[in-house]
Amino acid sequence: MSNEKLVDPGRRGLMVATCAAGGVVGLATAGALVSTFQPSERAKAAGAPVEVDISDVAPGTMKVVEWRGNPVWILRRTPEMMASLANNDSKVADPLSDKFYQIEVPAYAKNETRSRAEHKEVLVVVGICSHLGCSPSSRFAEGAQPSLPNDWNGGFLCPCHGSTFDLAARVFKNKPAPTNLDVPPYMYLSDTRIVIGKDEKGEA
Amino acid sequence: MAAFKETTFPVDAPAAEKAVGWIDDRFPLTKLWNDQWGAYYAPKNLNFWYIFGILATLILVMQIVTGIFLTMHYKPDANLAFGSVEYIMREVPWGWLVRYMHSTGASAFFIVIYLHMTRALIYGSYRKPRELLWLFGFAIFLALMAEAFFGYLLPWGQMSYWGAQVIVNLFGAIPLIGPDLSLWIRGDYVVSDATLNRFFAFHVIAIPLVILGLVAAHLIALHEVGSNNPDGIEVKDTLGPDGHPLDAVPSHPYYTFHDLFGVSVFLLIFSAVVFFAPEMGGYFLEYNNFIPADSLKTPLHIAPTWYFTPFYSVLRAITADFMYVLMAVVAAYVVFVFLKSRLAFKTKAIIAVVGLLMIIGMLPAILDAKFWGVMLFGASVMILAAMPWLDHSPVKSIRYRPTWHKYVYALFALSFVTLGYLGTQAPSPVGGVVSQVCTLIYFSFFLLMPWWSTMGRFKPVPQRVTFHPH
Repeated sequence: MSNEKLVDPGRRGLMVATCAAGGVVGLATAGALVSTFQPSERAKAAGAPVEVDISDVAPGTMKVVEWRGNPVWILRRTPEMMASLANNDSKVADPLSDKFYQIEVPAYAKNETRSRAEHKEVLVVVGICSHLGCSPSSRFAEGAQPSLPNDWNGGFLCPCHGSTFDLAARVFKNKPAPTNLDVPPYMYLSDTRIVIGKDEKGEA
Repeated sequence: MAAFKETTFPVDAPAAEKAVGWIDDRFPLTKLWNDQWGAYYAPKNLNFWYIFGILATLILVMQIVTGIFLTMHYKPDANLAFGSVEYIMREVPWGWLVRYMHSTGASAFFIVIYLHMTRALIYGSYRKPRELLWLFGFAIFLALMAEAFFGYLLPWGQMSYWGAQVIVNLFGAIPLIGPDLSLWIRGDYVVSDATLNRFFAFHVIAIPLVILGLVAAHLIALHEVGSNNPDGIEVKDTLGPDGHPLDAVPSHPYYTFHDLFGVSVFLLIFSAVVFFAPEMGGYFLEYNNFIPADSLKTPLHIAPTWYFTPFYSVLRAITADFMYVLMAVVAAYVVFVFLKSRLAFKTKAIIAVVGLLMIIGMLPAILDAKFWGVMLFGASVMILAAMPWLDHSPVKSIRYRPTWHKYVYALFALSFVTLGYLGTQAPSPVGGVVSQVCTLIYFSFFLLMPWWSTMGRFKPVPQRVTFHPH
């Protein structure tokens, strides 16, 4: 018996076409299933700007608010804290925030203090480490401490992989985190109220 | 295909025999039993190290059974998950036992699997003809890590949350597509309800199905090629007059009862942990996970569960300074391959190009240390799959290797355990350097294996297995 040698090209062609059509349907179905993994419309809609009253943030203290599910820090720096920033310029990896950032750095934050000119002492950053997404903890006290260098002059320490940031949330050199913490778009509604997720250029 | 033929039994044959006969005519029940266990001939010199396969099977069954009962009370909802686990622990009758069996089972699974892999390593069980057996086992190990990772998010504690955050963000280190890939895995801009729901689906159905399929493939491959043994010789080379290997015994009844003893000892230890130390000092259940997930605050000390820490330490060891060491190491390795290997020139050229590209990629201006950390983290797991092709030793078992090979294995084991320990600790400057050294030892063990595994004076391998009747 050598039935396999008697191939009917018409039927073979139909078989190939059927397999191809089935493959297209299979791929399309797989595509639909893969797409269900994307953020839902509800998740996309949940990114509205947040208004915050900052009158209760005393110098040297920090307030944490939620914006898009992430912590946003609002830190009012004391004059001593502000003075420490200039000393760090040579020790941080990106002093003026010129690298590529997930949230594009607003023009008003591309400076040493990473804050708006009208309230230089108020720092507003997303408290999520640019390494693997942990939230660094505040280490405002100066001097030698565990996991910190001896010439520490205040900042933040990421508990996960030991990245350190100064009081303008700029990452120090040779740390796992590649970039500074993100600055969200924000603006002042009055001296004591800010809105996060929105500035003169519109909503983020 | 032969025509169907009903087996006929004498009228007074036992009912059970008739029933099995009726089934065997329609489904190869007796054949399956004999092929897979009953008349499967295993070497008679199997020792203590050969208990972990059956223990892994036992734990797999236990995890599935306890998991089914946990699913009946657990709620995969970001608002309810943490509370439902506490409900299982405090209010479901015997719920605490089922949950502790499941959580202790996870750690026991990894202990047993690591010992099972150690056995394969020291007796050369991955060598020809068992390459596929090893690869199936390796795939089970990968699936098991995924299963453990997905399951760890479900209690929705602080460690669950931030552990998932860190691991999902690992994918973000891939250039170009990374951030979108992380977003796709999470299904939201942060780890959220959507993430919890899909991890639940993976943990309770998708990955278990994959694991069951792979375990079946692993067992079929094992029973096809036959078990290795501590002497690393093929018992099938010496057959007796009955056509079965002279140095092997049927698994049933010999290994059935042998293994039942091992299972009893295991259950004794397992029960002691479940009843007296289910948290195991924070290693099996981390204390920070008794705090509900808080997306605004990372715990001061976070570490993965112990079974991931060796690989996690590799990730942490890769810093910007260390990149220069890595560049030098890659360059040295390429030169070494060129001078010392007998590979075809084309293969060497490919290795050289890949090495050169890696060195260029390691420049700070091209790809940052974070990317390479994730790459080496992945490579530290994946490199295990290459074992059958890295080991060129003329003998399989460590028993007949040069004595100094044992020190090489010991050094490797020490570096693996050290990495594991450091991964549970907070980052520190000294720990960082030690983990970098251990990372280099870990990779050298594998990448230099084609050379060191052939060096030294090998001892003569006997024809028959070493066995003292007792």
